[in-house]
Amino acid sequence: MIAQFYQAHSDILLFAGAAAVKVLVLLNVIMGFTALLTLAERKVSALMQDRIGPNRASVFGFAFDGLFHPVADGIKMLVKEDFVPAKAEKLLFTLAPFFALVPVLALFAFIPFGDYVMVFGYQLDLQIAQMPLSLFFVLAFSGLAIYGVFLGGWASKNNFALLGAMRGVAQMVSYEVVLGLTLVGLMMIFGTAGLQDMVRAQGRLLFGFLPGWGVFYQPVAFVLFLTAAIAENKRTPFDLVEGESEIIGYFMEYSSMRFGAFMFAEFIEIILVSMLATTLFFGGWQVPWLYDTGFIFPWGSTLPLNHYLVAALQTGAFAAKTVFFSWFLLVVRWTLPRFRFDQLMALCWKVLLPLALLNILVTGAVLTALK
Amino acid sequence: MTDRKRQEFAKNWELEKLENGRMVLNMGPSHPAMHGIVRIELTVEGERVTGSDVEIGYLHRGFEKTCENVTYNQCVPYTDRLNYISPLINNVGYALAVEKLLGIETTPRCQYIRVIMSELSRITDHLTCLGASAMELGAFTVYFYLINARETLFRLADSVAGGRITPAYTRVGGLTRDLPADFGQKAAEAFKVLGKNMADADKLLTRNRIFYDRMHGTGAVSKEEAIALSFTGPVLRASGVPLDVRKATPYLVYDRFDFDIPVGSNGDNYDRYLVRMEELRQSVRIIEQALAQLPGGPVNYPDLGVTLPPKEEVYGNIEALISHFKLTFEGVKPPKGEIYQAVEGGNGELGFYIVSDGTGRPWRVRVRPPSFTLTAGLSKLIQGAYIADIIPTFGQINMIGGELER
Repeated sequence: MIAQFYQAHSDILLFAGAAAVKVLVLLNVIMGFTALLTLAERKVSALMQDRIGPNRASVFGFAFDGLFHPVADGIKMLVKEDFVPAKAEKLLFTLAPFFALVPVLALFAFIPFGDYVMVFGYQLDLQIAQMPLSLFFVLAFSGLAIYGVFLGGWASKNNFALLGAMRGVAQMVSYEVVLGLTLVGLMMIFGTAGLQDMVRAQGRLLFGFLPGWGVFYQPVAFVLFLTAAIAENKRTPFDLVEGESEIIGYFMEYSSMRFGAFMFAEFIEIILVSMLATTLFFGGWQVPWLYDTGFIFPWGSTLPLNHYLVAALQTGAFAAKTVFFSWFLLVVRWTLPRFRFDQLMALCWKVLLPLALLNILVTGAVLTALK
Repeated sequence: MTDRKRQEFAKNWELEKLENGRMVLNMGPSHPAMHGIVRIELTVEGERVTGSDVEIGYLHRGFEKTCENVTYNQCVPYTDRLNYISPLINNVGYALAVEKLLGIETTPRCQYIRVIMSELSRITDHLTCLGASAMELGAFTVYFYLINARETLFRLADSVAGGRITPAYTRVGGLTRDLPADFGQKAAEAFKVLGKNMADADKLLTRNRIFYDRMHGTGAVSKEEAIALSFTGPVLRASGVPLDVRKATPYLVYDRFDFDIPVGSNGDNYDRYLVRMEELRQSVRIIEQALAQLPGGPVNYPDLGVTLPPKEEVYGNIEALISHFKLTFEGVKPPKGEIYQAVEGGNGELGFYIVSDGTGRPWRVRVRPPSFTLTAGLSKLIQGAYIADIIPTFGQINMIGGELER
């Protein structure tokens, strides 16, 4: 009977199984990467600042230059006192960390981390949710992350936290507009709002040799996107929401793993922003001149490769690009001072927004002229 | 706090009962930018500061009263704790005041060494101020660059005085010890590190658009206002008043060196930053000139009534033994009178007012700390500004709790 059931519903069962496996693997990879990123942040800053950085946490005397620090941090977060201020709105105070963490994690469903792999004749797409409009879902879910900041700040019933929440909402709503507008140009060029389709479109060559990555079509949009994305991510120079020396931040009253969730969400967002920048502007999993069957170089020579090797190369390229952008975001964070609130708003509405609109206009004009 | 104010405070604190959109924000003493020793009770309208009340007193130790109970030389270690990031200037200022009371002038070598050490301290003071205010603006890396330079200079001062931030280097009429033989070479090496780190900080900050926007036009104070608030030091000079105790009323041998007094024009935080950066360079110039001119000879005033005799004299000579005993147990005895001696500290005019009743202990010591007037003027500087502007303004005022509250 089981066999019969399987026969009848093999499509959907295979789909569900594959999706479950992909979610499990990807979430674990992301979590591991996030843990490493917290260490990387401390190590990169130490490197930039002539320090050694964390290297004390050890297991049986082996410290591996600080490799266990993420674990130690996690344990510390879990065993700390879970403190709720007496005046806080208990329910919302508890919900806020979830609102911060869940939308960020959900966003990974839309990001293609490879083309496809053939497993026993079954074509496994390397993306959790294939949707023709996944770009809009990305924007929608990143909009949900605002609730975490606002509820966290408001429910704490602390004046500093409230200021942080106010700053956070104004900043994220404003920069979301820019973020959305920078992507319009890409949709016009690639003619799709599906992330996988966009990445596939970026496999075409420009002028016969240049990989057709988004950044070559839309360099201005890339700079605007990265700026707006860092602002969405609330990291220096846009970390007014925290501003640890000014208003401490919307999570001021949070402790233990509740605070850990906010912090973790921020680090996951770094990865997310890196992945989005890679997917939209740097060809996603595309390796220059690598196709289904192997390399075809612009000077005519070819290098045929096995299908699995190609898939591994592509996923590896995606990971490498993500790591590069994560590193870049860390370096930016430790280099620049922070904006003031009115300057941040002026930058968004008076500089970035007009530039984004101009970019759409120019893109449209060029596309019409080329037609 | 009066009862009425307390009620109002409690009322305004409730988020549900905001009046006209205002709320009271209690900044400090446990706030990252307040150094744990000052509290600003702010009334804010959104992000705008509509009123502020600066409350000090969290680091009061009774320095002045303590000094009345110990001999003149025993006060020296207490002066370290006044401005603990430029301790040597305090040592020198105090020693100069007592010497003025005694009516003596120390040996030329001693005076040169005191100039060198004062300028070293000025550099560490400015480095800390610039580094900390950069850090509070989010430029964390700059802080470490400047603190690295400060660390090198602390080590240099340590090699001379035997202490990093509590050197207690001067004595009435002299110093605890002479410069080490390789001081000139070590200083040259330290200045190389300083130059490198300063260049890095300069590149990261001076022409950085974000930094400029945060500093320019914030916390501004006009020339007249700055004088009315009796500001001194870099903050006053940034407003365009070229007043520097080293030039105005030269002490030690400052009149023998060629150095400039940088002045600003806007009196805002950016000018304060630039003035401090330039003063760092000028201090290096002074030290280099002083090292080149450094004369030989003893460092202590050759009078058994003022400075301790060398140990071998104490063991072999009855006058030296008696003077050692009397100096140690009774202390130096300046004639009756009162005196005010000011030196240019890291943050401005650091004055010592000492009243002597002819015994070995001061009858009264009063310090004129530069931070006090600056902190008193803070409310005026942040009125109408954004909450975020408090941070650079407070950072550039460089409030040091030790000298503010004594």
